[in-house]
Amino acid sequence: MNPVLSVENVTLRFGGLCAVSDFSLTLAKGELAGLIGPNGAGKTTVFNILSGVYQPQEGQVMAMGRSMLGLKPHQICAAGVARSFQNIRLFKSLSVMDNVKTAFHHEGAYSLASALWRRKDAVAGEARFEERANRILSTLELDLRRDEPAGSLPYGEQKKLEIARAVATGCRILLLDEPAAGMNAGESAWLMGCIQTIRREFDLSILLIEHDMKVVMGICERIHVMDHGVKIAEGTPAEIRKDERVIEAYLGTKRT
Amino acid sequence: MNPNLKLILGVLIPALAVQALASLAPDSLSYFVSILALAGINAILAVSLNLVNGITGQFSLGHAGFMAVGAYTSACLSVYAFPGLPGQLAFVLAVLGGGLLAGLAGWLVGLPSLRLRGDYLAIVTLGFGEIIRVLILNMDFLGGARGFIGIPAETSPFWVMLCLAFCVLACVRLMASTHGRAWLAIREDEVAASAVGVDTTRYKVLAFALSAAAAGLAGGLFAHKQAFINPNSFDFMKSVDVVIMVVLGGMGSMSGSLLAAVALTLLPEALRPLAQLTGVDLRMVIYSLALIAMMLSRPAGIMGRKELWQLGWWTKR
Repeated sequence: MNPVLSVENVTLRFGGLCAVSDFSLTLAKGELAGLIGPNGAGKTTVFNILSGVYQPQEGQVMAMGRSMLGLKPHQICAAGVARSFQNIRLFKSLSVMDNVKTAFHHEGAYSLASALWRRKDAVAGEARFEERANRILSTLELDLRRDEPAGSLPYGEQKKLEIARAVATGCRILLLDEPAAGMNAGESAWLMGCIQTIRREFDLSILLIEHDMKVVMGICERIHVMDHGVKIAEGTPAEIRKDERVIEAYLGTKRT
Repeated sequence: MNPNLKLILGVLIPALAVQALASLAPDSLSYFVSILALAGINAILAVSLNLVNGITGQFSLGHAGFMAVGAYTSACLSVYAFPGLPGQLAFVLAVLGGGLLAGLAGWLVGLPSLRLRGDYLAIVTLGFGEIIRVLILNMDFLGGARGFIGIPAETSPFWVMLCLAFCVLACVRLMASTHGRAWLAIREDEVAASAVGVDTTRYKVLAFALSAAAAGLAGGLFAHKQAFINPNSFDFMKSVDVVIMVVLGGMGSMSGSLLAAVALTLLPEALRPLAQLTGVDLRMVIYSLALIAMMLSRPAGIMGRKELWQLGWWTKR
């Protein structure tokens, strides 16, 4: 099967520092894959390349058969690749509803003049946004918080809202940067179920960065491991668990 | 009711009401009426600057420059281009032309400079305002330092209120739309906004151009109210005055900008009797003390980020 996302031999340098080197990864349609590695391994940098924040010096990034290189973040979003952020970046003083609605913006539903004159397409567009936002919010069990400012939600719900906002962009590929960070065991168990649900419900392929091994081993079908900007292993959770190099990267070598 | 009709009535009714009140006012109050018109023009400036500084979260310090573009363009059009047309028609066309050219200037200035953020953008816009002023100062056909004289005094309270009501209503409608959400998203978090598909550069330039166009309208009204303009009316301090109105009203609040603009225009006038009584002109001292007191007691501004109609005396939540 053709992969929806393929990263081929990508290298990114900041001056003399090689943040990511010769990194490759493929994500099959409907797959849920994990990207793990010790702190500073370059996982978030890979996400930043995928979402257009950084341009790599070498390599190719293809999503749904199109090259993503040289595109700006909003163009990549329009092409169907959305992301969440490691440190929550919600529109804090906007309501939960408006946070989700902002993600519909790039579809360009109606013009400035339509908004000014409240033409039919503007009214119909807003009604459609409302309905779609409601569907996403109720899937993620955020519908009761609809009118509250996003910044006033508890931490776990802010993380959920970030996922909701990313899903609302209508993406086909979802990149989640540490969705379970800072959650307790109960919350992260709920989150695992939730990620499965949105994948099914919205027909997504998901790549997630996570440190919580219970989450990674529990839901990912395939795991990619990075260390020092290089991919060191790839495989099913069972394979990764036994991989010598992964154990070495995380725990170091046995003193002999 | 048809929303178009609502918009037209929402603009016309206040304008006609204000005109009726102004024509009822006795001659002894004509000075007061003229101050109110000035307050209206300042309110247009403040509401439009709020679109950039408050709603989109950028920091422009060059609003007087766009006002100058509008004022001089409309003055030129009135005096040189349409001297044959009937007064009011020439005036309307001239003011619209001024707004249009100011909007174009806003777009041109915004395109390169909105890649900058915060302080850098403030410096660039400040520079633009000064460049415009110095250019006008050195153009002889615009009167240079002597000023531009002989502009027909066609601005009536009706036109000021018409423009103000249109600017406010347009702002309110845009803010309730997907475009308004895009601007707010940029203010809240530019990186996240672009990650959810908002073309941030395009929207910043759009806000800048719309805001400049409204400032140009205000400039045109100002020129045809005073019948005389000179470059010093559009200096750096004018830009700062407008920024103060936006900050005092509450960054991002349209009704706050409006209230603050009216209050800050009337305050020095209201203090005039005091100056006559004491024989010392302490007006500017009191003005600044009032500002400091306001900022200490309500740092978020009069309205914060709320609007008058969201305060909820009547919309019980």
